[in-house]
Amino acid sequence: MWRDTVLVAGKDLRIEARSKVALSQVAPFGIVALVLFAFALGPDRGLMAKGAPGLFWVAVLFCTVLAVQRSVSVESADGARDGLRLSGLDPAGLFLGKSAAVAAQLVVLEAVLAGGVILLYGAKVEVPWLIVVSCLLGTVGLAATGTLYGALSAGIRVRETLLPFLLLPIAAPVLLAGTRIWQAAMAGGTASDGSPWLRLLVVFDAVYVALGIVVYGPIQESA
Amino acid sequence: MIPSRNVHAPPAQSPRARWAVGIIGITAVAATALTVWLGLWVTPPDQSQGDLVRLVYIHPGVAWVALYLAFALAAVSSLLFLWTRTRSMFWDRLAAASVEVGVVFNVCTLISGSIWGKPTWGVWWAWDARLTSTAVLLVLFLGYLALRRVPAEPDVRAKRSAFVALFAAVDIPIVHFSVLWWRTLHQGATVLNPNLSPTIHGSMAWTLLLGFVAVTLVFVWMLLVRYRIGVLEDYLGTGELDVALRERQAEGAVTDEEEAA
Amino acid sequence: MAPAAPPSPAILLHDAVALSGRFPLLAGVDLEVATGETVLVEGPNGAGKTSLLRVCAGLVRLASGRVSVLGLDPVRQRNRVRRRVGLLSHASHLYDDLSVRENVRFAVRAAGADVARIDGACDRLGLSGRLLTTSAGKLSAGQRRRVALAVLAARWPELWLLDEPHAGLDASARQTLNQLIDEAQASGVTILIASHESGFVESLATRAVTVTGGRVTDHRPLGGGSLGAEAPSALNPGQPSAPTPPSPDRPVEGRVAHVA
Repeated sequence: MWRDTVLVAGKDLRIEARSKVALSQVAPFGIVALVLFAFALGPDRGLMAKGAPGLFWVAVLFCTVLAVQRSVSVESADGARDGLRLSGLDPAGLFLGKSAAVAAQLVVLEAVLAGGVILLYGAKVEVPWLIVVSCLLGTVGLAATGTLYGALSAGIRVRETLLPFLLLPIAAPVLLAGTRIWQAAMAGGTASDGSPWLRLLVVFDAVYVALGIVVYGPIQESA
Repeated sequence: MIPSRNVHAPPAQSPRARWAVGIIGITAVAATALTVWLGLWVTPPDQSQGDLVRLVYIHPGVAWVALYLAFALAAVSSLLFLWTRTRSMFWDRLAAASVEVGVVFNVCTLISGSIWGKPTWGVWWAWDARLTSTAVLLVLFLGYLALRRVPAEPDVRAKRSAFVALFAAVDIPIVHFSVLWWRTLHQGATVLNPNLSPTIHGSMAWTLLLGFVAVTLVFVWMLLVRYRIGVLEDYLGTGELDVALRERQAEGAVTDEEEAA
Repeated sequence: MAPAAPPSPAILLHDAVALSGRFPLLAGVDLEVATGETVLVEGPNGAGKTSLLRVCAGLVRLASGRVSVLGLDPVRQRNRVRRRVGLLSHASHLYDDLSVRENVRFAVRAAGADVARIDGACDRLGLSGRLLTTSAGKLSAGQRRRVALAVLAARWPELWLLDEPHAGLDASARQTLNQLIDEAQASGVTILIASHESGFVESLATRAVTVTGGRVTDHRPLGGGSLGAEAPSALNPGQPSAPTPPSPDRPVEGRVAHVA
């Protein structure tokens, strides 16, 4: 399973390294979203800084949808999905590999967006490690749910419009938890302020990663 | 498109089943009428909430159906569909019917809640934990229905939908807790309150109970009817398999004749 | 895979019905292919040739009937079957953003095959030099097919399912393909070739079956093949051991010009 995970993740990341879709399209889109949020809020930097945690996570969610779409479309050209099925790769490994590749891209996107939020909105982070931990935990959950829904919608012609509708409400807890942890980190609160939310993220991650490992195979065969 | 080759009649409903559905429907209407009568004319207005309290005879019942009954039914039947030993289109249709009817009840919950919320909280919509969870549940249900509308083979659609229902089902408790911690100002559950008597008493308690029964019966009736529609929908356009096989096998014969000609 | 078990046929289909929704792709196929046989599957377009191969690869589930591939159930034991089966289909299963070498390498490693044979296989299919580092998205249809063939040659599975293998290939590549099939036969590989241009492969196959209307409607013996139908089981009785590919020190054929 781990061998297949590394193989698939390596393949997807290599494709990204060649095509640079996440870096040259998704990341700039995230920055555009941040700028648009600023326009919507008005030039008051205090208001922006206050809204920064939530806006950061909303931008991350939008970027997740795009990253997942890309991850699915890579497999839908030239019957690559059949190719993967035929190769006899372990479905659990395939799920973990595709998720890991999405997660790796999301981490980079989050770094860019976090920088954008700090620079553009003047958000001041008092407890940086809390933000790092929340981003990593949130990323795992987003990548896992995204990969699952991506696989489910892979065979659907209207998946571009259907996927965000299905995925974003599911990811709502990540938005809530991530935002609260950011707020705690910005307010200079202790770790205990964020700890129930961190626990919530851990539960979310565990549930969907476990679910993905079990059901990815049947999903792949049925779609 | 009328399937001309269908010589078979649609799957018939047994007389007993038809009778049962009819009885449930009539009971549901009677119970609802009785609840309305008791709720609007017999029970007294509340000391603090006045006539507004009369919503208590409908709103909690509708919410119970939308948030627990329909949702649990959809989740359990989706799971039973995915479980290969119990896999049958029965579970798929039941899940689809309970989600579809559940959406109606969910919207009714939100509307009746809003009507209640405006005079008591002063706003149509409050970002309260239960309201928000209910709205998220509605969006997840709508996503499920949107997926079902995507044209696909029945078995593929059934599997896809069951997976989506499963993912949504495990998300609901997480959403519930996250929203609960996020904010809460809803009044505590009244009926489940252990000291029931000081809050509600006499005719009010009985009417409240009847309201639950009536709404549940309405749900069950709608569910049964929707299930039956599902059966008929699946029948529509289904040629019998043996007919399709014979047609397919005949393709070869046609080609041979053409070659001979 | 107990050694005492009687040698099972490579492919066994009994009254196989496969549906796409309500349309019967296969409408009751009976087919038995012995280990080491090369069978040509003929038939007009839409007769069910591709579906037959996809059922054997475990991509399509049967609605009724029985199927066993290499003695296994291709749906329930799909991962075990798929590592031993190679399907050359209309699609080449390539990632446009990866180079030819990366594509072959991924496919071979994903199937759990030996990566040492990749270079030799690519070389034989005329994939060498700058072509190896060209991204697959820039290849022509014929070149993509060569890449898919290189994957097959590098994997050298026990059962080859070739769907219109000659389509889109130039003369030299066709020759290479025929040679590959020839060598595969010699090494005990079972081969199923779906084709409506049967001329290219008739000399290779041991027999031909005709598929029409989702059924096998005709059998005819062919003289081709380096070995008869029953010969392989006589050579290695009851031993479904993996065939060994030939060493790659063969003359390189079918080299193609570099892409623009």
